[in-house]
Amino acid sequence: MAGAAPAKQTVRIAFIGPLTGGVAANGLGGRNSADLAVRLRNAEPGAKYRYELLVLDDECKPNIGVQVATKAAADRKVIAAVAHYCSTVAMGTVDVYHRFGLPVVVWGAVLPDITYKNDFDEVHRVNGTMINQNEVAAQFMTGLKYRRWALIHDTTDYGKGHNRYFSEALRKHGGQILGTFPVGADQQDFNAELTKIKELRPEVIYFGGLTPIGVRIRSQMDRLGIKAAFQGTSGIVSDAFIEGLGPLAEGTLAFREGAPAEKLPGGKVFLEQYARHNYGEPPEAYGPFAFAAANLIMDAIEKVGPDRRKVVKELNATRDRDSIVGKITFDDHGQNSVPLITKFVVQDGRWAVWEDSEYAKGRRKLPRP
Amino acid sequence: MDLGFAGQYVLNGVVLGVIYAMVAVGFTLFFGVLDVIKFSHGDVVMAGAFTALAVFGGLQAMDAGHGVMAAMLLALSAMAAMALLGAAVAKFLIIPLKRAPSLNTLLITLMFGLALREAVRLFYPGGSNPKPFPRLLPTEALTWGNFTLRLDSVLLVGIGVGAIVAVHWLIRRTRLGLAIRAVAQDAETAQVMGIDFERVVVLTFALGSALAALAGVANGLYYNEVNFSMGLLLGVIGFSAAVVGGLGSLYGAIIGGFLFAALQTVGAIWFSVPAYKDVFAFACIIALMAWKPTGLIAERSAERV
Repeated sequence: MAGAAPAKQTVRIAFIGPLTGGVAANGLGGRNSADLAVRLRNAEPGAKYRYELLVLDDECKPNIGVQVATKAAADRKVIAAVAHYCSTVAMGTVDVYHRFGLPVVVWGAVLPDITYKNDFDEVHRVNGTMINQNEVAAQFMTGLKYRRWALIHDTTDYGKGHNRYFSEALRKHGGQILGTFPVGADQQDFNAELTKIKELRPEVIYFGGLTPIGVRIRSQMDRLGIKAAFQGTSGIVSDAFIEGLGPLAEGTLAFREGAPAEKLPGGKVFLEQYARHNYGEPPEAYGPFAFAAANLIMDAIEKVGPDRRKVVKELNATRDRDSIVGKITFDDHGQNSVPLITKFVVQDGRWAVWEDSEYAKGRRKLPRP
Repeated sequence: MDLGFAGQYVLNGVVLGVIYAMVAVGFTLFFGVLDVIKFSHGDVVMAGAFTALAVFGGLQAMDAGHGVMAAMLLALSAMAAMALLGAAVAKFLIIPLKRAPSLNTLLITLMFGLALREAVRLFYPGGSNPKPFPRLLPTEALTWGNFTLRLDSVLLVGIGVGAIVAVHWLIRRTRLGLAIRAVAQDAETAQVMGIDFERVVVLTFALGSALAALAGVANGLYYNEVNFSMGLLLGVIGFSAAVVGGLGSLYGAIIGGFLFAALQTVGAIWFSVPAYKDVFAFACIIALMAWKPTGLIAERSAERV
């Protein structure tokens, strides 16, 4: 850089997500996206501060999450955090952020309770909740004339929440639930559950959980010759799901808040910049939210300075702010409402937006027993 | 219950039982010769599956990764690699600790398992994600009513039973088997009689680890998916199966493996909450151990290994 620019004060913000473990692909995509936001900001000559990203791994485990959240919150140099992909972890850590007065913006976890079951000023969320997601899912699937469901969900807060909200929405839209099967989050063998499900003859198997066991369940459905459609939640919208299943992933449905990056207002620029910085991993489904969260935090710091209390206040006042995930407005619980839910179907080894897919055009057919 | 579904549950149970028995036989072999519990055994199962996956990558690069021949090649290379690993563990971790309290051996193998698991997660490309395992066995299926029997399930049961029978034959009918049994009976007397103790121990660990690798490959071929943490629960189940059957007894391990699979299947049918099936299975195992602390095949009546 030419010229003698005055040395800027360095401000630290934290990124927390699962960098190892079964859902690491999503965590790494989020980290890269937050990192990209920081790099782009640092390259702007007009920025008042130089930003530094402290990256921490919560492993998608609540106990580890509390440890790293405490580490970030206890570090007085950390002004705010872009935190959590896993709902179970976020549920465990929000108390920590509140106690230390550290403002955080959640970038991926979708359990409503994270923002709605407390009155913590420090906790915000840019992505929507699973309530919207499941409402759209139930409405859409019953609209395709599916009527009979078997529900499988993992026994974490995330899986249980999905089960609850999808069941409610499904009953409202006239779907029938033949059976609900809670399973362990690290279970390997689902043959017994799936054989029971086969007896029930559902048209759709709904799965509320994350990629690793989603892969296992879909794969074991095939072995038992179950011909039902497979419907997942935002937790399986990842490249790892498709990689884990190969051609078997074809025709899987899932629902996620927001639009895919290429359809977002600033998505094209985001993807170009992402490609230019040569990250080793794709941004994955929630990368744009992490990017938006990091920008929101840095905007606040630019405006009110590196002070946690002032940043909390500034974030709470966010209304109609433009971002690459659309307008961001926090309600009195710090929750952004994302009215747009995108429907995805796996087609030819990638997550295609339903409306653009050959399934929507009737050229391909979803499984129907 | 419809007969077809009943048959399906039995088949699920049998395949699981074979995989569990293969893991349990390893535990029993190690305990038989040296009175050690090797807690990294489950992770060796996982490492075997990932070795096979790496070999498959190589085969694909040479455009040769198809069919049963490829599956055999995968299994053989994984078994060879894990046999070497097992031998190395015996030589460098377990034999040097022979005179130390057994708690030390237990801890060192537990830590070795953890290291193995983390190594795969960190150094295998994309190791933290679930990996698709190739479908190499024929998937033709016969369907009678609600019962679906896939040829690959039959083959897997055949391979597993074959492997266990082969181990049994090796121990009963060969000179090495005689040496293993001699060491299991009384290590010191065996040494006085001219048996190379260290060699027998190393070979036994190689044998058990090769069997673990086969279990890992079978597991991969059955579920078409492997992941770095799959060995954790498999290890605990294999160990429980070996203990409930009678640690040190080959028949005990086989009975224990099938018993555990049966309990899990029954648990899944009985309880409307499937998450309880493992709780049910382990609770039954605890009850059985309280009733017969030395296992179903008690040591007095059974010959070790």
